[in-house]
Amino acid sequence: MDNNFEHIPQEMFEFVQTNANLHDTKFKTKARGYFADAFIRFKKNKSSVVAAVIIIFLIFFAIVAPIISPYDIKQKDKIFINYPPFVEEIANAHIGIMDGGVVYDSQNENQMLLFKAIEQETGRNPVLQVLDTIEKETLKRGQVIKVKSYKVRVNRFYTLGMKYMTLSYEEFARIQEFQNETGIQVIFPYVEPKDIAGISDNPNIWYKVTDSKGVPALDKDGNLVPAYSKSTSKAGAEYNSLRIEGDDGSYIYSIAKSGAVQCRIDYYDYYKYINGHAPMYIFGTNSIGQDLFCAIGIGARFSLVFAILVSAINLTIGAIYGAIQGYYGGAVDLVMDRIADILYEVPFMVVATLFQLHLAAKVGVVPSFLFAFVLTGWIGMAALTRKQFYRFKGQEYVLAAKTLGARDSRIMFKHIFPNALGTIITSCVLVIPGVISSETTLTYLGIVNLSEFAGTSIGTLMAQGQAAMTTSPHAMFFPALFVSLLLITFNLFGNGLRDAFNPSTRGVED
Amino acid sequence: MLKYTLQRIVLMFFTLFIITLMCFVLVRMLPPVELPIEDPHAVVIAQRREAMGYNKPYLVQFGIFLKDVFTRFDWGISDKLYFGQPVADIFLEKLPATCIVNFYSIILSIPIGIMLGIFAALKKNTWIDHAISTLTMIVISVPSFVYAFLIQYFLSFKLGWFPFLMKAGTDYFSPEMFVSMLPAVLSLSFGVIAGFTRTTRAELTEVLTSEFMLLARTKGLTRGQATVRHALKNCMVVVVPAIFGEFIGIMGGSLIIEKIFSVPGVGSLYINSINGRDYAMFMLLTVFYTVIGLLASIIVDISYGFIDPRIRMGSKK
Repeated sequence: MDNNFEHIPQEMFEFVQTNANLHDTKFKTKARGYFADAFIRFKKNKSSVVAAVIIIFLIFFAIVAPIISPYDIKQKDKIFINYPPFVEEIANAHIGIMDGGVVYDSQNENQMLLFKAIEQETGRNPVLQVLDTIEKETLKRGQVIKVKSYKVRVNRFYTLGMKYMTLSYEEFARIQEFQNETGIQVIFPYVEPKDIAGISDNPNIWYKVTDSKGVPALDKDGNLVPAYSKSTSKAGAEYNSLRIEGDDGSYIYSIAKSGAVQCRIDYYDYYKYINGHAPMYIFGTNSIGQDLFCAIGIGARFSLVFAILVSAINLTIGAIYGAIQGYYGGAVDLVMDRIADILYEVPFMVVATLFQLHLAAKVGVVPSFLFAFVLTGWIGMAALTRKQFYRFKGQEYVLAAKTLGARDSRIMFKHIFPNALGTIITSCVLVIPGVISSETTLTYLGIVNLSEFAGTSIGTLMAQGQAAMTTSPHAMFFPALFVSLLLITFNLFGNGLRDAFNPSTRGVED
Repeated sequence: MLKYTLQRIVLMFFTLFIITLMCFVLVRMLPPVELPIEDPHAVVIAQRREAMGYNKPYLVQFGIFLKDVFTRFDWGISDKLYFGQPVADIFLEKLPATCIVNFYSIILSIPIGIMLGIFAALKKNTWIDHAISTLTMIVISVPSFVYAFLIQYFLSFKLGWFPFLMKAGTDYFSPEMFVSMLPAVLSLSFGVIAGFTRTTRAELTEVLTSEFMLLARTKGLTRGQATVRHALKNCMVVVVPAIFGEFIGIMGGSLIIEKIFSVPGVGSLYINSINGRDYAMFMLLTVFYTVIGLLASIIVDISYGFIDPRIRMGSKK
């Protein structure tokens, strides 16, 4: 066959498509929209997905914690102040958590005996673990003696032991009823100070002592000798209820005190009588006796709702402002930009303070706080929208809409804005951690006090925790952990979302 | 460039004037602090207030305020915190502590931050890069008082390396003072380190993929040579202005860190003036913080132009 293509005879040609009809091959795959595409990209980013899960968990915590906590935010315990985490059931399992444990350094023999005495009387051992025993030689009255001291981990809830309490006759009778019903001993035999070397400020001493320092006088076997009062003439009210072991009916359980009775009660069980349940503080208590578990939930609720509200308002104002700036450009843009510039330079602290001073009394703390955030918060959003508008306003479809006679507002919000929406919404997510952070800072510093409105806030909790940091670090630790987790995950989530919506900026973080 | 600089400076003063005026009027609208009746100084302060025009229209008051500031550097008299003392004196007394603490923190954190950033950029997309980037992310997100708490609890309390609070006194350069400053310095540094790491990494990764880097490698430079001579220089265009900005920012300090470690600086003075309603002090410090913010941003912008001529050209609108 020769390669002569120039003179091909006519009969060699034939029609290709006499019977077939031509068409594009149909796509077998489903069409994927912008949001679905972004979602797929987002799912690929492992850290953001983890962050999203944690955020959901934290939000869940904020909603549920105050509900499942047996305490109310207004409930402030007067005794359990800065107490560590404690749940009776978990403490009984002896696994080293939530057992109300704190470490006490250098406890002397006396103190250890007192712990033992508390255990003997209440049946609950305050000493969780002896961590260290130190023997030291010291001089006392010219003689070298060995002094032992202990480093122990004790349950603060159990070390509390007994308390002197003045009760009305009715109350005293009610507690006896409670004792009879439940079999829990709340009232313990009274100990008169004169029997224990005049000690009147330590209700936990129920044994004979040798001096006013509370050194116990042990019997031959090394046991404590009870010093319960038997002077029936002083007895305050009739007692027909549980008696402690070894009581032959002669111990008195209260003494009369001007129209009431004074008695020794086991505070832990008294608490059960008052509240109907044992103390249960999953995160411990803070310096004003609130349950931290509940308080963090309440604080988090406020922070989250507030942050979302602020970012929504800022989004709206910023979008409108930026849209006008970006769409009209020129002199309008210049003037509006100057206004934004000036507002942007006012330090946020100043705005927040002045709003508090001027408006808090008139419109309330929270609205004035909200105004402070809104006053300067929208500027970032406006700048972003403006940039997006500059990008899109020269596009052909805008010209087409204009030619068809669309109004400016229609072009701005129906045609251009939806195109910029992805970018704007994602940066809205990044605004939330910023607001939470500022809100926490201001409440931490005490410049804004939300306690009246919300009960508490994370910043307030941290400030309270900071004050007693060395003795009860949990009061600072839990709120700090919560807010840190919240901020980290929101930032990770926001970055992941932004990368998913604008694949071009992936990996560039700022 | 000169025109641009002048423009920015004029604009800065205009902004400062507006903000000062707004804050001044808002502060003067508040009822003045009640003076203690018994105190003999109360009479003097009442007279001072009269001289400052407390009962005149706000704009007249503002005029008197400006005149006093410019002619005598007189910012008024503290009527609450430091009863009867001129606020400007107290402010100047407090400034060194803030500056020194922040200066140490910058000296410590900028090299570390830039190093980490370079390291992460060079090892891009390896586990080292991911680790550094994630850590940076975490450190930036967590508020500074959480670090302060961790440092105070573990380093000061558990390990006993540092004192809890900054030492009182004005011997700012004695060794004990230095040690007592360290917790505050460390707490401040975390955020700065993370910020510089992020900026450097972002900038350097971008520069490393540009065409002139390919050219440098093609003409025979080793990777190290190319990075140091070409990439780093270009990356500094962004990093150096940030350093300038940070240096201006040192005077501002951190309100929270100063409060926690009781640094006798302007930050804690500011918080005290807010909580104690000392309006003269508040006014002075507001102006101070505004000036710091404005100066930092203007210096960053102008230094861009000086460092990189390309940006200078672009700045002429």
